[in-house]
Amino acid sequence: MSVSGLLGKKVGMTQLYDSKGEVRPVTVLQAGPCVVTQLKSLLSDGYDAAQVGLVEFVKDSRLTKAMKGHFAKNNLPPVKLMKEFAIEVEDDGSTGVKVGDKVLVDLFDGTKFVDISGTSKGRGFAGVVKRHKFAGGPAAHGHMFQVQGSIGASSFPSRVFPGQRMSGHMGDVTVTTRNLRVLGVDKDENLLVVEGAVPGHRNGYVVISKAKKPPRERRGFSGEGTAVNPLKASKRAAKGK
Amino acid sequence: MSYSPIITRLLAKAQRTDLPTFAVGDTIKVHVKIKEGDKERVQIFEGIVIKKREGAQPSFTVRKMSFGQGVERIFPQASRIVEKIEIVRSAKVRRAKLYYLRALRGKAARLKEVDRVK
Repeated sequence: MSVSGLLGKKVGMTQLYDSKGEVRPVTVLQAGPCVVTQLKSLLSDGYDAAQVGLVEFVKDSRLTKAMKGHFAKNNLPPVKLMKEFAIEVEDDGSTGVKVGDKVLVDLFDGTKFVDISGTSKGRGFAGVVKRHKFAGGPAAHGHMFQVQGSIGASSFPSRVFPGQRMSGHMGDVTVTTRNLRVLGVDKDENLLVVEGAVPGHRNGYVVISKAKKPPRERRGFSGEGTAVNPLKASKRAAKGK
Repeated sequence: MSYSPIITRLLAKAQRTDLPTFAVGDTIKVHVKIKEGDKERVQIFEGIVIKKREGAQPSFTVRKMSFGQGVERIFPQASRIVEKIEIVRSAKVRRAKLYYLRALRGKAARLKEVDRVK
């Protein structure tokens, strides 16, 4: 299977102990089961991608006729959510992906880091202290404490510059957290356990994909997809180290 | 905090099954792995179990008197720093949490010993 990611749901956070006895904050994700619902190709669409759908119970009346036709074309189960993912081409040029293929959490076997996108928790109309981390004023002696102060000069320029940070709607936007370390894969229950927090509330839908830019190799650490810099390697070889 | 059933099952899988079952009031020896630099050694913490926390993430608290000073240590049951546990003796207790031992010293802090069927 060579799709770069799949869809899932945030279950919640907890703590797990690693082999050293240290506690790790982890997020448990329900990853999949997913199914490939359509293949986009260079010839017909201008790019290669796989449309992947999350298989979850959907009420029949919630589906449009267009959606039903889309699923009936390839005898697919109705899916709740669909998203396109890049296809990884293997060495022999084949992709090994066809419509109707299952995409399961075993996709992340051997993957060290993943990127996770979700919709962040909505904060409503938030003030500047919460929204932009303004310091606020002194809390006592008759002061206002959650206000921003001045928003510019006087008769010149007689206007507020664009981009001035003010209060407004906060949250409920798509947020991607990159390079979350994969701590475990549970194939029986389709669970993925990653270290750290994931955007969004519990039961929120998330897009899980293999890390686009995994951390570079450091001393005693080997991340996935770490490329050796050929320039530095040749210099090192010339030095005779 | 209540966990979703999925996390409860996941945590149940992460629990250790190799530790013996003991009860509140038991005196136990906890063999704790201690890392110093790159060397590892085992230290024994011996005391009375004054509390057991049940649920998805169980833990237990062991209390001992160390040079006249009460010392309590909380061990998470899933943690790997506990190498093994030995049960030294069991006692008859009428409480689930033996916090009253904190106020007692010397002879008053003794518990009535019983032979528990192993």
